[in-house]
Amino acid sequence: MAKRQSSSLGDKVAVDMTPMIDVVFQLMSFFMCTLKVVAPEGDFDIRMPLGAAAAAAPDDQQVPPVRVKLSASPDGGLAGIAMNGTPVSDFEELRKRVIGLVGTDTGPNSLAERTEVELDCDYSLKYVNVVRAITAVSGKVQDGQIVELIKKIKFTPPKRG
Amino acid sequence: MARKQGGEPSATEIDMTPMIDMTFQLITFFMFVMNFSEAEQDDRIQLPLSQLAKPVEGALESPITLQLTDRGSVIYAGELVAVSDIGTYLEREKTVMLDAGKEPSAATVIVRADGRSKTGEVQEIVRKCQEKGFERFALRAQYDEGR
Repeated sequence: MAKRQSSSLGDKVAVDMTPMIDVVFQLMSFFMCTLKVVAPEGDFDIRMPLGAAAAAAPDDQQVPPVRVKLSASPDGGLAGIAMNGTPVSDFEELRKRVIGLVGTDTGPNSLAERTEVELDCDYSLKYVNVVRAITAVSGKVQDGQIVELIKKIKFTPPKRG
Repeated sequence: MARKQGGEPSATEIDMTPMIDMTFQLITFFMFVMNFSEAEQDDRIQLPLSQLAKPVEGALESPITLQLTDRGSVIYAGELVAVSDIGTYLEREKTVMLDAGKEPSAATVIVRADGRSKTGEVQEIVRKCQEKGFERFALRAQYDEGR
């Protein structure tokens, strides 16, 4: 309720702020309690229909897939990387080999756009290694900008060891 | 600032303006920082890091989120499901989509797998989704600015 106070300067309206302050503090408490600080997340978009490789008609433009084999150690760690049967020391070298194979041109109908990577991973391999491999083949960061390489990625069927 | 009013017994009047200003600014801050779209995130999942993971722009069409824990269980709609049983739930999703006049191939399956989970289990989830007609996948990773 508004109250009138008399003063020498004239009538002054004193608004009762208590309900508003109550509501404002409750709102603030709500936001503080529900606030969840989360790291930004991103996606690797993969289109992988079942049996597409077998069903697809032969195409002149088709490029044989790059086969990346990731082997697991007994504890699920990364034991080895191989690209098209050739051992690769680490993911950085894998990226260099992919760039050597497809170049850095990723425009329409470029070799990088037409090439597909097939990931053949051991069943027990920790998934973090797969994301590292996808990161290595799908692009690189140059001067703060993402340079895309191969976008088409697929998995081989799971094999229980 | 406290002011003294003349007249009868002295009454102290506190100037609330700075406090209210401050409080409103705090509320505005929390409202902006609050992210409602991240409601699907689960603390049990430690996503692998990647500097190339594209930030999620806008809402995906008909998203289905499957979260794989390091112990090999799938978190689907808040409940823990074995990887071998996820087909039943995907069949339900497929039925809902067909009833809505959409093909399962239009949906995007968001795979939030823990970095310590087995790749084979991720592949099994993908395989089961493919068997139900889902073919768009978004493998989610945590954006890494440091590397």
